[in-house]
Amino acid sequence: MPLLPRNWPLWLVVLFLITLPIGAGILWLVLTALYNQVHGLVPMGKLAPQNWRFLFEGSVGGRPSIWVALKNSAVFAAAVATLEVLIASMAAYAISRMKFPLRTPYLGMILTLHAFPAVSLLIAIYYILRLLGLFDTLIGVILVKASLDLPLGIWLMKGFFDQLSWDMEMAALVDGASRWTVFWRVALPLVRPGILALGTFALLSAWGEFILPFTFIVSAKSWTLALYMQSFMKEAFVDYGLMAAVGLFYALPVFLLFLFGQRYLLNIYSGGVKG
Amino acid sequence: MSRGTSVRLQNLTKRFGRVVAVRDLDLEVNPGELVAFLGPSGCGKTTTLLMIAGIYRPTAGHVYFGDRRVDPLHPRDRDVGMVFQSYALYPHLTLFENIAFPLRLKRVPGEEVKRRVKATAELLGIGGILERRPAQVSGGQQQRAALARALVKEPQVLLLDEPLSNLDAQIRLSARAEIRRLQRELGVTAILVTHDQAEALAMADRVAVFSMGELQQYATPEELYHRPKNTFVAGFVGSPPMNLIEGEFTGDGFRSGELRLPLRQAPLGRGWLGVRPEHLRIAGEGHPARVLVVEPLGREAIVIVELFGHRLQILVAEGEKPAPDAEVRVAFPARALHYFDANGRRIGPE
Ligand SMILES: Nc1ncnc2c1ncn2[C@@H]1O[C@H](COP(=O)(O)OP(=O)(O)OP(=O)(O)O)[C@@H](O)[C@H]1O
Ligand SMILES: [Mg+2]
Repeated sequence: MPLLPRNWPLWLVVLFLITLPIGAGILWLVLTALYNQVHGLVPMGKLAPQNWRFLFEGSVGGRPSIWVALKNSAVFAAAVATLEVLIASMAAYAISRMKFPLRTPYLGMILTLHAFPAVSLLIAIYYILRLLGLFDTLIGVILVKASLDLPLGIWLMKGFFDQLSWDMEMAALVDGASRWTVFWRVALPLVRPGILALGTFALLSAWGEFILPFTFIVSAKSWTLALYMQSFMKEAFVDYGLMAAVGLFYALPVFLLFLFGQRYLLNIYSGGVKG
Repeated sequence: MSRGTSVRLQNLTKRFGRVVAVRDLDLEVNPGELVAFLGPSGCGKTTTLLMIAGIYRPTAGHVYFGDRRVDPLHPRDRDVGMVFQSYALYPHLTLFENIAFPLRLKRVPGEEVKRRVKATAELLGIGGILERRPAQVSGGQQQRAALARALVKEPQVLLLDEPLSNLDAQIRLSARAEIRRLQRELGVTAILVTHDQAEALAMADRVAVFSMGELQQYATPEELYHRPKNTFVAGFVGSPPMNLIEGEFTGDGFRSGELRLPLRQAPLGRGWLGVRPEHLRIAGEGHPARVLVVEPLGREAIVIVELFGHRLQILVAEGEKPAPDAEVRVAFPARALHYFDANGRRIGPE
């Protein structure tokens, strides 16, 4: 954007100072992952490739293979994002375009649910998962995560659908489309920015999710990367080098996704906030 | 040659909550005819069109295409093409795919789609830009693409919702002629919605004038001009609109304040006298009046005068326009007067 605020060098300094602690954290993570020892932010000793042994050894300290955890995390994030985008799009389209009984209360409920602290539901969800036989399964956590994030997704997509003109849909109907075809071939392609934004957002949110897998997954074979990381905390002697390397490994996809996805994420703020 | 069908609306009514958008509409369009729906904003033109297309379900009444009752049918089973005021082209598709869309939905084979889209696009002069998206072509080209999309499936009925109102004045005139030519050539039955009376008179075989959801008059352009059925039509059709003077008919004349006009075969009672601006003359004799405003239009000028407290518009040739503030005399024509009763209904002359 060519328009800079006045005093922009000053702002730059302020922003730099605010970002400094986070930057320092990341720097520490990178250094610790690479060296034997780090004092403050100054590396001591030699490069330490053994920090990365978790990539090659099947199991480190009795943990499952990192590749199993990676696969679980990927499946978890992808499934949550797919479910969320699919369901949120359809629900939001219905809310935006159709009249049905209790539409207004339903809308209010979605907003309320969005604001509801999910943690307070953990125990209830535990019982439900037990009842459904989904406790300690990846599918169970996927369903829980997707449901908890859906209200936000629906609200977001509704904002995008609300901006579509009715004319376009009427034209499609006259052209011979069914309501279903209108949704898939006209409405959905036109909210692509919303889908990409929500998809990216859901992927990131699921990738970073900790509480839900931590609470509802016990078996190591279903561990996600978040659980893998957390397992280091329990040890009497923490191998910081190893832990930092795993942390870096865990964060890498997020960096990449952000690099390519931030364009879409910004759409959330430009498109999705109209009631 | 004509492949259009007749369209018949029977007691058609549409309510939105408490608003009555269209009330008890009866109207028939002949096969191959072009009919204009004319009326001010919000009078129910679009609503009527959407009921014919099948987007809106009528609150009451029926729609027939020929002998077939279509109001219970889904839009896709009605065989209509429609051009929306906003054109409503699909922005994510190229013009080619936009025009092909109705055929794709019908599962027409790819080769035939190509052929028909090409042919229709050529007909409308947009054959060269089919690979572009709607945002990459001009308003006039978008309008043509929308028309092509409506025509490509060779519908029996063509519905046009203010297709020209987003075009600039120059293209609009040529687009009028173009649409009329196409419609005649294809023989499709067409309904054109417009709030521009000149457009309606120039293009349509017959014009239906609406006001507040009700049909005021349904007639040929000549009939509308020469024998408007009520004061609404009189005031809406023609530019500048007809002068209407409220007063009293006395059987042998018309009286309004100090204005007295002798008339042959005048009715009796209170009412309105109508006279078109182009039929009034500024002459050496007649009623004394004072010029308030002169608006030059190029070849002609509109002169607004005050005559016994009434403001009248008079259309004069450019060379004959008086100066502002001049004292002039205004002559009423013996013919071309219109009588309306106190409720605005036409009562003469026959
Ligand atoms: N979907 C709707 N819900 C509620 N009221 C509507 C709806 N569509 C139209 N109306 C109302 O019905 C009346 C007729 O509207 P319509 O769009 O048919 O007018 P129009 O003659 O096409 O006007 P314009 O020239 O402005 O397009 C208006 O009072 C309008 O507010
Ligand atoms: Mg309209």
